[in-house]
Parts: sequence; C-alpha cells; structure tokens
Amino acid sequence: MMARSKVGILAVQGAFAEHEAVVRRLGADFKELRQASDLDDGIDRLILPGGESTSQGRILRDLGMLDRIRQLIESGMPVLGTCAGLILLAQSIDQINGDGSTVDEQHNSTWLKTLPVTVRRNAYGRQLGSFHTEAEFAGLGTIPMTFIRAPFITQVGDGVETLAEVDGEVVAVRYKNQLGTSFHPELDDDARIHQMLLSM
Amino acid sequence: MAQNRNELNRQLAQMLKGGVIMDVTTPDQARIAEAAGACAVMALERIPADIRAAGGVSRMSDPKMIKGIQQAVSIPIMAKVRIGHFVEAQILQAIQIDYIDESEVLTPADDTYHIDKTAFGVPFVCGARDLGEALRRIAEGATMIRTKGEPGTGDVVQAVRHMRLINREIAHVASLRDDELFDEAKRLQVPLQLVREVHDSKRLPVVNFAAGGIATPADAALMMQLGAEGVFVGSGIFKSGNPKKRAEAIVKAVANYRDAELIAKLSEDLGEAMVGINADEIELIMEERGK
Repeated sequence: MMARSKVGILAVQGAFAEHEAVVRRLGADFKELRQASDLDDGIDRLILPGGESTSQGRILRDLGMLDRIRQLIESGMPVLGTCAGLILLAQSIDQINGDGSTVDEQHNSTWLKTLPVTVRRNAYGRQLGSFHTEAEFAGLGTIPMTFIRAPFITQVGDGVETLAEVDGEVVAVRYKNQLGTSFHPELDDDARIHQMLLSM
Repeated sequence: MAQNRNELNRQLAQMLKGGVIMDVTTPDQARIAEAAGACAVMALERIPADIRAAGGVSRMSDPKMIKGIQQAVSIPIMAKVRIGHFVEAQILQAIQIDYIDESEVLTPADDTYHIDKTAFGVPFVCGARDLGEALRRIAEGATMIRTKGEPGTGDVVQAVRHMRLINREIAHVASLRDDELFDEAKRLQVPLQLVREVHDSKRLPVVNFAAGGIATPADAALMMQLGAEGVFVGSGIFKSGNPKKRAEAIVKAVANYRDAELIAKLSEDLGEAMVGINADEIELIMEERGK
C-alpha cells in the first residue's frame, strides 16, 4: 500500500477549509501552511486556494514563504492552484487597473510565477459576473465549475496542456507538476480534480 | 436562477475568509488597504467614528465616490446602505458593487422592515448580535453575517459579546433533539429550515465575520480565536497614527491568529491607536438598530 499523501494547504487567506474537507474525504492528510516554518517538512503536495490573490501574495512575501514555495514547485512537488492560486502561479498577468497602473508593478515581488501562462484577473467582471456551469475536462469528462470573480488564461506557453475551456476561454491547464484552474473545484461535490493532484 | 445566485454570493464570502475588510473613504486609502493585504474594502464617505462625531442623518455614500474606489483597486468593493432602504441598494447594484452592507452604522430608513435581499443579484452582508438576528437576516437573503459590535468606538467589548453569544446559541441548537427544533424556531423567530441547518452543520449557514471596535492586531486575533472567520476594521486603521503599518500588522495577525510571538512583534511601534470611547459612555447605541 502506498504511503498516505500529506497535502500542504496554503492557509493565510481564502477558502482553504473547503480544500481541507475534500482532501480529508479522499483519505489523505493535510497540513495548514501559515508561515515559513510550516514548509519545512512532511508535505508532498501543495494546494493554493481561492481568495484574494493580492492579499495572499502580500502575506506570502512578507512572511518569507514565497521563495520557499517557489523552490518546492521548481523541485517538482505537485501543486494545484485554484482561482487566486492560479493567479499566484502565473508567470504574467494582463490586467490593467482603472487608474492606469498595471498589476505587474506588484506582481514582480508577490507572485510565484512558476507557470508559463498569462492570466487575466477578474476576467468575468465583478460579482454579478460570477457563475456556475459544467464543461469537459481533459481525461475526466464533464466537471461542475464554479467561477467567483474568476480569472481566465489568455496565453499558454510551450509545454502547457489546456485541460478545459468555457466559451472559448482557457480555464484549466497543466504544466509538468503544476495544475491550475480558474474555477473552484473545492466548492462543488466532485473530487476528481483533487484526486488528479493526489495521483500526480 | 435566484437559488444559484444566492449560492454564488455565499461562495464569494467564503473567498474572503481569513481576511481583513477595511473601511476606506478615498481612492488613496483604498490603495493603501489593498497594498497592505486587505481582502476587500468598504467604501464610505465617513468612517463610523466620524459619523458618530458629526451626528445627524447618515446615508449611502455618493456613487461617484464609490466608483472612484472601484477604479483604484482590483479587490472586491463593499458599500453601506441604510437598514430598509431598498432604493439605495438598487443604486449600488446598478453601479455593480460587489457586496452591500445593510448597516446599522447609517441611520435606519425603516424601523420595521429590512430589505428583501432575495430580490437582488448583488450579495448582502448584515450585522447580528445573536443567532435569531443572524438567521432572520439570512432568511431575508443575506449571504454573509458580521457581528454588530459598537461601531466607531474602538471598544471591542460588544463584538466579543456578540460572537460569544452566537457561538453559544449555535452549540445549544446543535445539542437539541430533532423534536425540540420546532419550539426553538419559534423562540428564535426564524424559519424552521434554518434552525435545522444550524443543528445539522453546527455552524451558521453563511460566513461570519467580526466587526465593531477592532483597533489592534490583538483585537483582530482575539476575534479570530473566538471563532470569527475574518474581520472588518472600520475606524481602527485610518483613525490611527500609522495606517499603513497598522493595516499590514492586522492582516498578518489574522493570518496567524494563534501565533502570540508573531503578534507580539506585529504589535510593536504601531504608533498611536485610535483614541476611542468606551462603548458604555456613548449616547447613540448603533447596535440597537434593526433586530
């Protein structure tokens, strides 16, 4: 029998408890990651949950967690980033703020930038643009998808596999050990994407 | 469709958990809040301490001022309407606000009825002092609850009392036999279905934040340890000596609310906290508004 996986779930802000419930249901262990010392040992997977990416990125940088998480991902640890988590993973962001400044000004120091895609933040607009749908997901069939002030992916780099599209926009990708979705698999009663992370 | 909207609106509140929502009055303050790690901002013309000082009738903010803040930051924007003032809510929905706070901080427009929040696509957060109030607001369509606290005082005592009371009442409902829930619904003056939900899940059906009088990283961590899922900080930040530093410290204290060593470090050299007034020395009791 395989050793039980221990998933490190980033817990500085956002919907981490929902991911914990899914991981528990699948019979894996998890550990909440709230500061740098939590990253020292004992985890073999990572989940970066939904929430506010600017908030999470800022806390990660200030608490010295950003570089350490980047190292873990670059050394091959499987990671699932959902919504804000996908944004943290993305190498570039194409949003321009209302006042003309670009998110890239902050992006340089507060994002992981390990996943070669470009992500547009709040791509569906404000909360009135949030929606639920179902769509095909490569290898898994039809998957329920909940989008909350969600981003989508506008460009994929070399070697990035598109796993799902909704209305012609890319909403899920895989690149080596990194899985990113712009929707929230932790909010629907379907654990197949988490299962995919556990089998990576 | 309406059911689906309500679910999506509850889920946005789930994304705010573990975060700090800050009152801001200008685009510059909004940028400071976002850079400090706020998960959302509350756009209003006057923060509660100033509303309290100014007296008079306090209303929804100028939509132009709210739009200025929408332009300045990318995080969700909330704004307040008077209790029962559904036209102020229609206006905020028209400018695509992310969350409406039907708030006792403003002067109530209706002394009997709250807004029928099920009639809106935009989500609502409402204040509550006890479980009955919380469930009545949820029955009306609120998808997020916060303690009422006593706004604008810098005195956390009411927020503590409300959070403890709500948790105690949830534990009580969870301890009841199924055949006792009918009477409990009558006692709380709420729909039976919501009492059943609390009984089975041992929690509120929506996210519950702390609000009112939170002024320091220690206050914020106190509320988190008491079971809040996040905090609103109103007057506490921009009424203090060093808003940027205090905002950053409160954000980190909420993310690591059990780590006393870290909170000790975060509490150093924050400058002057808002002076505050003791909640029992004030004449205008905002928490009494709307029941």
